[in-house]
Amino acid sequence: MISLTHYLIVSALLFAISVAGIFLNRKNILILLMCIELLLLAVNLNFVAFSHYLNNLDGQVFVFFILTVAAAESAIGLAILVTIFRNRRTINVDDLHSLKG
Amino acid sequence: MFEQILFYWFTAVLLFAAVGVVTLRNPVYAALSLILAFFTMTALWLLMEAEFLAIVLILVYVGAVMVLFLFVIMMLDLKSVGREGFIRYLPIGLGVAVMVALEMIMVLQRSNFASERYTPPAAAADFNNPEALGELLYTHYLYPFEIAAVILLVAVIAAILLTLRKRDAGDQAAKTQDIERQVRVKSEDRVRLVKMKSE
Repeated sequence: MISLTHYLIVSALLFAISVAGIFLNRKNILILLMCIELLLLAVNLNFVAFSHYLNNLDGQVFVFFILTVAAAESAIGLAILVTIFRNRRTINVDDLHSLKG
Repeated sequence: MFEQILFYWFTAVLLFAAVGVVTLRNPVYAALSLILAFFTMTALWLLMEAEFLAIVLILVYVGAVMVLFLFVIMMLDLKSVGREGFIRYLPIGLGVAVMVALEMIMVLQRSNFASERYTPPAAAADFNNPEALGELLYTHYLYPFEIAAVILLVAVIAAILLTLRKRDAGDQAAKTQDIERQVRVKSEDRVRLVKMKSE
């Protein structure tokens, strides 16, 4: 029988993989955004698993809101990315240092 | 037994796709394997009887967000971005990932989440997940729901404003209102009376 622990371990592994992705792809903002999507997906899996195993639908409502905010975040993030690329002709993180103090 | 086979299969595909997102060199392939990850996550959610969220994940994420990602990938020239530092940061990245995973697994192994209390009762035959979720969303969570709508509206306006190209001259200029000129306009500016012979 699949228990709650199984789903939580899957979620932890997914989270760990995406954290590693943020470390490894620190040059490319696009891949960083994708890794953030993957992180949010791992968190959502936690919510759905607890919602199912505690027989409480509130968790699924929260997943709904997280999906909303994540969609808004990636839309604005990609818009900022396009603007950066238009002005600087690059999306390399190392070249974006004009805010350095 | 069948459920276990499905669970392990989908988990394997999900983790494989996640590793693909992280390690693939070509951003298009990374985006496509992220789509694969979303699909297998949908299957896992269906195993947990969260049907509405599973459909929403496909419609919103695969249908909208990932298409947006692919559009942006095709718009930008990504050849300029190397991946120098991938090897250099490999040890610390793997180290942090293994630490996070091991800590979570050790905590979870000692928990009692596998106990009797956390076994869900079988759902009634006429249980309708979207209906139950909608009932909760439109009564108890009505205000958060409306705030979510406002967040989406703000995101739409922000995305349009950020990417609006302000071209200066010619027919290509972005159409904007000049309110002062609109207020100052007189009827003579707009209407021209022409005298001509009837034919």
